[in-house]
Amino acid sequence: MKISREDVLKVAALAHVELADAEVEMFRSQLDSILSYVAKLDELDTSAVEPMAQTLDSGSASSEGTPLRDDVVVPCAIREEALAAAPDPAPPYFRVPKVIER
Amino acid sequence: MTAASNGGGEWTVASVAAALAAREISARELTREYYERIARRNAELNAYLALCPERAYAQADRVDALVAAGSALPPLAGVPIAIKDVFTMRGVPTTCGSRILEGYRPPYDATAVERLEAAGAILLGKTNCDEFAMGSSNENSAYGPVRNPVALDRVPGGSSGGSAAAVAAGLAVAALGTDTGGSVRQPGSFCGIPAMLPSYGRVSRYGLIAFASSLDRAAPFARNVRDIAAVLDAMAGRDALDSTSAAAAPPQSLAALDQPFRGVRIGVPLECFPAGMNAAVREKVEAGIAQLEQLGCTRVPVRLPHSEHAIAAYYIIATAEASSNLARYDGVRYGMRVPGATLMEMYQKTRGRGFGNEVKRRIVLGTYVLSSGYYDAYYLKAQKVRTLIARDFANAFAEVDLIVTPTSPVPAFKLGERSDDPLSMYLADIYTVTGSLAGITGISVPCGATTDGLPIGMQIYAPAFGEARLLHAAHAFEQARAKAQMN
Repeated sequence: MKISREDVLKVAALAHVELADAEVEMFRSQLDSILSYVAKLDELDTSAVEPMAQTLDSGSASSEGTPLRDDVVVPCAIREEALAAAPDPAPPYFRVPKVIER
Repeated sequence: MTAASNGGGEWTVASVAAALAAREISARELTREYYERIARRNAELNAYLALCPERAYAQADRVDALVAAGSALPPLAGVPIAIKDVFTMRGVPTTCGSRILEGYRPPYDATAVERLEAAGAILLGKTNCDEFAMGSSNENSAYGPVRNPVALDRVPGGSSGGSAAAVAAGLAVAALGTDTGGSVRQPGSFCGIPAMLPSYGRVSRYGLIAFASSLDRAAPFARNVRDIAAVLDAMAGRDALDSTSAAAAPPQSLAALDQPFRGVRIGVPLECFPAGMNAAVREKVEAGIAQLEQLGCTRVPVRLPHSEHAIAAYYIIATAEASSNLARYDGVRYGMRVPGATLMEMYQKTRGRGFGNEVKRRIVLGTYVLSSGYYDAYYLKAQKVRTLIARDFANAFAEVDLIVTPTSPVPAFKLGERSDDPLSMYLADIYTVTGSLAGITGISVPCGATTDGLPIGMQIYAPAFGEARLLHAAHAFEQARAKAQMN
């Protein structure tokens, strides 16, 4: 077994996702089969291989590169609209349950 | 005036342009025609989640004003286009197929959306999709599955199933989807229409709500390759708002289509035609390759030796990136909130109830492969295998101009047939995730059907930024196939 019930609960807590009891066992067994499958990567010797995080070179000015823009501050005047999409806005803030006890 | 003015066939970018110029139809009339079609068919197909007629008619009136003034028309003038519901559109409901974003109306347009509209397109509305683009059947939408217009008891593919179904059913001339591991190419093959994966960096991702940032691409569907080229050309190009959009020269793919096609070297990977594969898929893709040979192409056997490891690498990388990207849905800034006694409880309940099963499964898996003690074994390992897969393609493209494979190992399956087995659903992405990981460009083009009439797609790959070469070949293939069918 690749992953236990406790592992699922620990990872769900890290990810801030509440799982129902039935979901914990369903995910455990499904993730177990997925992790058993992806273990096939161990067949490959990658000790001399560089990891690839991105398929494009960054910062290059070549025709296929992704040059960085100049570091200039540009105003973004959508504060009211952004707050309007929030479930509990308190302009100019987003209100959340109290986190500081006095 | 109705679509009958188009000779009984379906509208295309070219026929819309010609009809507008000849004043046979106005953009407003055409827009109304498409909304009428949607009103007739959408209850059955569930392809659209939201419509934006006010915006569409305002745009139609701008196009009609250009026609009235005798001005030159932009390349997509008056063309009705559907937008997958993972792109932001200012003021238009944008849910990503998720409960967690129900009711969200973004304050800005995605760059791809803005560019299509600037090119004259009429944006009809937002199309259904698997939640946060995670799925291969469109059954993971919180708003119900989409039905395949070719066979209503079957899935349209996913995750861009609504966009594919809309175009296949004539509810849009073209559509925007997103392709992370095959989410445009596979539904294109299932619904029998062309569907294209642009190179990574070719089209801005600004306003494309992120699933896996190193893999996500804005990607078009249309009824023919020429229209795909027109839509691609309109969207492509560097955008200061996406630091991963490339400063490459424009694809100019539309211009390439009218050059004579003299045939190129096509690589056929041995790994993509294993013993025991679906017989109809093998037969029709082989027939497609034979058709390309008749056009003067040379068939060259090539190897992609790490293909069998692509699914494993893909699902580690994609879920890791997703677990990070989806951290932003926490009930604070947009979408739904489930109250909790503490901030943490509010986060956990909002995410626990707002996300569906496939999204939670991928967040948990992605968090696991990034977590302390597992990062090197899973995530770093997968990134190294990604290098090997990209190298496989580089080696193959040293020998050939294009690579041909099936798009999907199977045609459209029945609704509910696979929804309980996530791993078997993932394994069906075998031909598409390789190109996603490598950052190259590809297209699925229809190449035939099963005896039951289910469409089969042939996938063609070209090196990154080789869209003109890719679409040139796909267009020549499409023309030759249409001609062969007429005879």
